Amino acid sequence: MQYGFHFNGQRCTGCKTCMLACKDFHDLGYDVAFRQVYEYGGGTWEKDAEGALSQDCFTYYVSVACNHCAKPVCVKVCPTGAMHKDDRGIVTVDGQRCIGCGYCALSCPYRAPKVDREAGHSAKCDLCADRLDAGKSPICVEACPLRALDFGEVGDLRARYGTVADLAPLPSASVTSPHVVITLPRCLEDEPSRAGTGEIQNRREIV
Amino acid sequence: MTNHEKTSVSRRTFVKGSALAGLGAAAMGTASLFGCAPAAESTGELADTGEAVADTIVWTHCAVNCGSCCALQCHVQDGEIKYVESDNTGSAELGEPQLRACLRGRSIRRWLQSPDRLNKPLKRVGKRGEGKFEEISWEEALDTIASEMKRIRETYGDEAMTSHYSSGVCQGQVQANPVKRLLNLTGGFLNYYGSYSSAHISAAGTYTYGGGTYGSSFLTIQPGQLVVLFGDSPADTRMGGGGHTHDFAYIRETTDCRVITIDPRMTDTTCGQGGEWIPIRPGTDGALCAALAYEIINNGWADEEFLHTYCVGYDEETLPESAKGKNASYKDYILGTGPDATPKTPAWAAAITLIPEQRIIDLAREMHESDPVYIGQGYGPQRRANGEITARAIMVLPQLLGQIGKPGMNDGRREGCASVGLGMLPTGENPVTTNIPTFEWPNAILHGEELTALNAGVQGADKMSSSIKFIWNYAGNCLTNQHSDINLTHDILADESLVEFIVTSEVFMTDSAKYSDIIIPDLTSQEQISISSDGYSDNMIAVIFGAPVYEPKFERRGIYEVCADLAERLGVGDEFTEGKTREDWLREIYDEARTANAEKGMDMPTWDEGYAMGVWKMKPEPIVKLADFVEDPVANALPTPSGKIEIYSETLAGFEATWELAEDEVVTALPIYDPGFLGYEACTEEYPLQITGFHYKAHTHSSYANNEVIQTAAQHVAWVNPVDAEARGIKDGDTIRVFNDCGEIRIEAKVTPRVIPGNVSIPQGMWHDADMAGDRVDHGGCINTLTKYRPTPLAKANPQHSNIGQIAKA
Repeated sequence: MQYGFHFNGQRCTGCKTCMLACKDFHDLGYDVAFRQVYEYGGGTWEKDAEGALSQDCFTYYVSVACNHCAKPVCVKVCPTGAMHKDDRGIVTVDGQRCIGCGYCALSCPYRAPKVDREAGHSAKCDLCADRLDAGKSPICVEACPLRALDFGEVGDLRARYGTVADLAPLPSASVTSPHVVITLPRCLEDEPSRAGTGEIQNRREIV
Repeated sequence: MTNHEKTSVSRRTFVKGSALAGLGAAAMGTASLFGCAPAAESTGELADTGEAVADTIVWTHCAVNCGSCCALQCHVQDGEIKYVESDNTGSAELGEPQLRACLRGRSIRRWLQSPDRLNKPLKRVGKRGEGKFEEISWEEALDTIASEMKRIRETYGDEAMTSHYSSGVCQGQVQANPVKRLLNLTGGFLNYYGSYSSAHISAAGTYTYGGGTYGSSFLTIQPGQLVVLFGDSPADTRMGGGGHTHDFAYIRETTDCRVITIDPRMTDTTCGQGGEWIPIRPGTDGALCAALAYEIINNGWADEEFLHTYCVGYDEETLPESAKGKNASYKDYILGTGPDATPKTPAWAAAITLIPEQRIIDLAREMHESDPVYIGQGYGPQRRANGEITARAIMVLPQLLGQIGKPGMNDGRREGCASVGLGMLPTGENPVTTNIPTFEWPNAILHGEELTALNAGVQGADKMSSSIKFIWNYAGNCLTNQHSDINLTHDILADESLVEFIVTSEVFMTDSAKYSDIIIPDLTSQEQISISSDGYSDNMIAVIFGAPVYEPKFERRGIYEVCADLAERLGVGDEFTEGKTREDWLREIYDEARTANAEKGMDMPTWDEGYAMGVWKMKPEPIVKLADFVEDPVANALPTPSGKIEIYSETLAGFEATWELAEDEVVTALPIYDPGFLGYEACTEEYPLQITGFHYKAHTHSSYANNEVIQTAAQHVAWVNPVDAEARGIKDGDTIRVFNDCGEIRIEAKVTPRVIPGNVSIPQGMWHDADMAGDRVDHGGCINTLTKYRPTPLAKANPQHSNIGQIAKA
């Protein structure tokens, strides 16, 4: 049993409803987010002899939370065993055992775990485990106005959506073997040579 | 750091929330407890004490002015919302209607339960606009309002009274109507026409098609066809699952249509979803349209049969008698045989629009080759000094190509909207017939008696008989923040000898509220019983049945009850209520719509059934605009003077001859390219940049702009092209000054290739924050500190995107 997410880059418009629904449901403050939305893009402008302008710009958004990886770095570096995978494959933290050292937060290339200093332990996306218990979807999946997020047993997701898990600016899937399936944005599908040629356009919004 | 202080407040609940979540929820109950009050479900959730905590689900809806309206299911415990779900009824597949709230609706908990809410009536104690108030009793507030209404009406007459244009409560069937009903019952009030959103395209629609701003549904788009959108981005403006962004995403995915957006910004509609962005210099869409028309006509692609059958003024043959023999046709204008003797070639347009000549030539060919082709526009191109004529110019393209009236075609207006036809709380008859363009109100304060039909678009009378002396501002931030030239408007409003009394009903201390003499604390739509249709969308018709999420808190009161109390004081209590409560009116409105729709075969639930459901929805037939007219143009003639589509408008020719217009104000029979005032040609060495605004995900106009959980996730930044940034030593993230003759704002720069060079683009709606007694530098970054107050030539509307200015590192 292993749950994962599907992200559809051909539907996402970067509206951030997933992120804010998560913040609302988990009551997260201004500087904590269990789900991030990256704006990624590039391109340059040119002026022709007559003064008219041409450009080859592209932009897409990537919504990403914890990918409940097969090789979770956060679990590997945790000195107390607080960070662990449960029987549904959800990477989750045992608040009783966590000492709040922050190694998980520092090591995760997806920025998934955070340290709640006041509570004294780490906190992260748990796939809204309580909602799953009640037969519901994670709040982010249910929130997306364009149904760009899905979740489920990762084998089912891969059968339905394919096996792509690499999309800039996310780290290479080879690092942690994330349980995420990605439908590439149209602007990459149309021009694959754009892959990796841009940069994050909203660094200050990423927490 | 403000943000950190705020974080520590919310952090306490964060920890508590996590403890609750970790223990898991019991199975969600399904039994409806709805009687005559909330649509609610009780669930049992285990707290860390092991005791069950009652969790009540209350349906309600968002009510701000994005145009759409989405459903909210609030999970309430002990009179407090814990979290929000949205519409999760029915299928979750793309294409199936779910009125899923966007990030703003999803964050409504922190907005509703903000410690900054207004809780008690306030009376101004400092100078007007200074922002100094003291708490007073409701008794004193209502007595003062009633006596001022009476005094001012008796002194200056009924036309001196007005209910100010506003849109903070823009969904639901009550809105500002109780205020208007009260004003009507006590003698009437100066009314307004047109909005700050769409007054220009509305005028364009009137003089071209006989009225209306909406065309065909996106859902009529056919497989593989071309879609060309001018300044229209559903992903930015209609963001909820109940809005056009959903419909458009669905149709793009299922038809694989090719989408081209023409815009100064690369909008969120042309990102991961694909499509092509053609950047255009702001305000020059009309020049592009003229050049596309040149290519279409010159290549013999114009559908002359369509033009001769359905349109007036394409060529000499179809001109009205009054215009014949003067080379006054559209074709003459385009080919250069008209009075200006200038062929509107792609090379001519390239220099104006900055779009390469070849791209214009190719675009014309693509539009010709796609059958059907969907050509539409949003409200961006029209919200300018030359907005009316630009909107008309875009509408001509599908006319030339004969691409109107069949599936996949659009008449050049905005995407279509379905409607369930719910009525509003009736305002009654207004004994005052005088009606002014919305944007003329500052002139109507300064010198109302001088405003006429010919100089200010006054309707219903030849002229105004008095200036505005009393303003009721219901849930509106258009006194300053969402109006133009805040520094000028401050001076007008601060002069207490001009408007003698301003009352504002609000939920927060907005910048506009600061100019009030009395502020009364309103209940939000979510805190009252409220039914609402789903607003602008084309794949659904819906009604949301909203109940109060919790009992009224502090001394906040609903506007209907407040106006009923005032009516009592003014001697029209019985006439105002007709013995009905807010709920009684809503039931009546709903039952009327239900009966009317039943006659059309639409099966709506009863009131009680609706409240048990929370949301009722159905999929309507997509709209093919003007299909009837194209089918039979005689039997289904348009409500224009000629009964046809008017490329040449005799009415406008009449205005041109009679209206009092400045030299740079163009009202003309043909939809020519006119740069308008404060376009790119007005740029100077001092002010070399164009400054435009845009609708941004972090707020709807100024609503929710004070909800910091959204503002930190989607930050308020000015979009600056790297070319313009580098020339000024500005780096991404720098705080910059943006300034012109109107004022100065401070804002962070987002250095991005997603905006055309020469244009700085700023999200509209952030709250003005300046020391108005000091330097007046706006640290809130409200674009209307920089926008000009000057009504446009035809609609007398807001030229909000026509600005020039400069930027510099702060």
